[in-house]
Amino acid sequence: MQLEHRSEHFESHSLIGRIFRKLHLDIPLLVFLGLICLLSFVILYSASNQDIPTLERQLARIGLAFTFMTALAHVNPYQLQRYSVGLYSLGILLLVAVLAVGKISLGAQRWLDLGFFRFQPSEMIKITTPMMVSWYLAEHPFPLNWKQLLIAFALILTPTLLIAKQPDLGTAILVASAGCAVLFFAGLSWRFISYSAATIAGLMPLLWSMMHDYQRDRVLTLFNPEADPMGRGYHIIQSKIAIGSGGIYGKGWLGSTQAKLDYLPESSTDFIFAVFAEEFGLAGCLGLLILYLLVIFRCLFITMEAQDPYSRLLAGSLSFAFFVYVFVNIGMVIGILPVVGVPLPLISYGGTSMVTLMASFGILMSIQTHKKFIPH
Amino acid sequence: MSSTHKIRDRLTESRIFIGRIMAVSILVTVLISGLVARLVYLQIVGHEHYAVLAKNNRIKVSSIPPTRGIIYDRKGRVLAQNLPSYSLEIIPEQVKDLEDTLHRLQLLLDLTDDVLDEFRKQKKRHKRFDSVPLLLSLTEEEVAKFAVARPFFPGVDIHAILVRYYPYGILTSHVVGYVGRINEKELKDLPEAEYSGTFYMGKVGIELAYEAQLHGKAGYTEVETNAQGRPINVLNKVEPEAGANLSLTLDMDLQKTAYDSLEGYDGALVAIEIKTGNVLAFVSHPSFDPNPFVNGISSKDYKALQDSEDQPMFNRALRGLYPPGSTVKPFVGLAGLENKVITANRSIYCPGYFQLPNVRHRFRDWAKWGHGATNLNDAITQSCDVYFYSLALTLGIDKMHDFLQQFGFGEKTGIDLVGEKTGTLPSQQWKKAAKKGSWVAGDTIITGIGQGFTQVSPVQLARATATLANRGKVVTPYLVSRLDYVNHTEAGPVQSGKVIPLQEKNLDDVIAGMVNVIHSARGTAKELAKGIQYKIAGKTGTAQVYSVKQNESYNKNIDLKLRDHALFISFAPADDPKIAVAVVVENGGHGGTTAAPMAAKVINQFLTGEKPDAVGTPQ
Repeated sequence: MQLEHRSEHFESHSLIGRIFRKLHLDIPLLVFLGLICLLSFVILYSASNQDIPTLERQLARIGLAFTFMTALAHVNPYQLQRYSVGLYSLGILLLVAVLAVGKISLGAQRWLDLGFFRFQPSEMIKITTPMMVSWYLAEHPFPLNWKQLLIAFALILTPTLLIAKQPDLGTAILVASAGCAVLFFAGLSWRFISYSAATIAGLMPLLWSMMHDYQRDRVLTLFNPEADPMGRGYHIIQSKIAIGSGGIYGKGWLGSTQAKLDYLPESSTDFIFAVFAEEFGLAGCLGLLILYLLVIFRCLFITMEAQDPYSRLLAGSLSFAFFVYVFVNIGMVIGILPVVGVPLPLISYGGTSMVTLMASFGILMSIQTHKKFIPH
Repeated sequence: MSSTHKIRDRLTESRIFIGRIMAVSILVTVLISGLVARLVYLQIVGHEHYAVLAKNNRIKVSSIPPTRGIIYDRKGRVLAQNLPSYSLEIIPEQVKDLEDTLHRLQLLLDLTDDVLDEFRKQKKRHKRFDSVPLLLSLTEEEVAKFAVARPFFPGVDIHAILVRYYPYGILTSHVVGYVGRINEKELKDLPEAEYSGTFYMGKVGIELAYEAQLHGKAGYTEVETNAQGRPINVLNKVEPEAGANLSLTLDMDLQKTAYDSLEGYDGALVAIEIKTGNVLAFVSHPSFDPNPFVNGISSKDYKALQDSEDQPMFNRALRGLYPPGSTVKPFVGLAGLENKVITANRSIYCPGYFQLPNVRHRFRDWAKWGHGATNLNDAITQSCDVYFYSLALTLGIDKMHDFLQQFGFGEKTGIDLVGEKTGTLPSQQWKKAAKKGSWVAGDTIITGIGQGFTQVSPVQLARATATLANRGKVVTPYLVSRLDYVNHTEAGPVQSGKVIPLQEKNLDDVIAGMVNVIHSARGTAKELAKGIQYKIAGKTGTAQVYSVKQNESYNKNIDLKLRDHALFISFAPADDPKIAVAVVVENGGHGGTTAAPMAAKVINQFLTGEKPDAVGTPQ
């Protein structure tokens, strides 16, 4: 208590600073996130064809998400560490429950109907998986023996496979990358990383030769969307037209024709970046990417300053996961990655991922604001 | 010691950790730069290309309708085909003032209001940028007229299309049916993607029953179009898959003979090949030309058809219900033998009427003075009513009902057409439910001669006859023998394999009676025997439309519409049955004189290949 009190004095002197310190909020991160959310309204107004109810719903979600973030920021990382195993186990149980009794929603089993609201366990597992792996690796510092390494991988693979089975490829990728990021930050040796990469690359042709023709076709379609012009390939063709026609400065706010004329599907959700690029051009895109970079680097800074192994690993993993989120969505919209259902973080219309994302920022803020002062 | 270790470990750990953060930072920077490079490529290098695509827009995916399957008869003659034709189509999105355009087209091509109303209806089921047909199958004159005026009609154009045509017209309309324009209600039940380029669907007959198979699979083109919607460049094309060609079991020679033989009457004839259940002829007379229905019949012509006293659009063979009359007697006789309540040789005395004990009411025989001593064979040959009154009463309604039901009386036959009627085979239970009354002995008695509540369709009669001829192996009539898809062939429906357990001796006794109907001096259809080398087994029937009161005799000059229905069931050759025929002639008078010769013509042509003139026409 004493130490914490002193650190407050040490770090911020202004009144506002002190208030935010009390709220356990990180000012730079908050500012960047706020700016992105503001952009979300601007572009959603256009993408939804100026539909006010859509904006109202999005506002409600953002409000809820910020509340959740603030609440989590107050939870001491030490507490998070203590509950890691419990929360992770609960998450896995819920995933199994979803597979067993889950309601079929949009053709995939992702929801669990709790009567009063529908809950998506895969969202929760996005955070609890890195928490669990961080907890395990904080208990067993590197270098790990083979058994420990296998356990760590099992902790990552279990939720990943359960989600992939739903099937929700996008979320599975995010969970796996968040988990692997923990291993990476913990110091998984470069040699191991390069051997694994080489092994996977070496196994590819073998795997390819073992696949059925129709499975190969599916993979090829995934990487060459133009081959499926009636399905997802159609999205990519239209999305590229939208982005390319935007040029350097864009067609101006509300100037998107691709989205307006319904040529671009899912323009408010997964493909909202295409609308943004069409209206604000390359200049706007660079601005947005810089904002995202600022968020990522601020998170990495928090990671660097974190004081205990658990906080460090968790912060690093959550930062990296956010980056993967951004990269996968934009990569798919601009046609360099296969189309998987991942929204553009903080901008796409839709509530479930918003809350999870903000929760992870809440954890990062908690890590940043619960630091104990250590004199140099 | 250990504490210095720990500190050193921590230092190493920190060093590694900082290294990892640096590595991630570099990775993030490199990958984001990758995104930027791609954006630069799309938005600067590719900008012009994509700007043109966006402006001209756009990529339009349009459906290519599949070619509808062709329908053949059993000898490969075309019953339904697709003829190339021209349609006049409008793309509503490209027309500034649609009503004005329609009005000017009406003046130019002399269109009726029906045509315009149909177009307005069709427009609703299409997207604004779809082409909606106004006229299907233009005449050459109309094509020429429009071609000259075309510049004044933006958004209106002539297209080459395929139009359904039925070469045999009137002969096949109750079997093959016809296609017509799809209406909004039907559209809801159709897979939208498959039908977005199709104007027609089957409305009745085989065309409706086999709609899914005949339709085929739609293809599509992905076309780059300019702002006016004109195609510039075909990006991708998937060819449609034509629908299955159907081979019917129908023989058009027999169909024509049957149809012509019904000339002058309202009625139906159904002929079935016994071993296979193949329907050889399926006629409802009179009929109508299905071809005007394809492109939308005018309301005047439609009204004329509907108001016609002969009801040409009514499918009598499938949906007409008639009392079977005496044609039910062989089956009732067989029921008596099988249930062991009679023997074939035992005679009863027929005084010309039948009375229940202590009741004054007389159930008359058609022969006023009676048939005298009558055994089963005589009773069938001469169609003795009193014999069957008595038999029915001894059997009881329940046993009679259960036995007749096995032959499919009062049940759908399962023929591959839509809209078949069930009819009625009465029982005690049925009367309680349907008439809210209890069964009385009189009901049983008249059921024994096929009067009263019993109602069957001609196709049911034909099926029962075929099943009897097939010695109890149940025959289900089918019209489609083969479906030829693009890549494979499927067989039509198959027989159920159900068998009614019957004694051979009993069957022989009943069939002997039916042979005598034609081939004995006292048979009710003895004229048929003239000039044929084979034996026919049959049974005449006369179903009352008008009930003759007690003590009143049948007036020969009775109003035409109140005259009895004439019926005839038959199969041949009697010793090795190949074909079964059932005929119903509305108000035709006596079965033996009116209906039987019609069946005989069809039988003779099927067995000998001779056209009807060779058959001796009785009287």
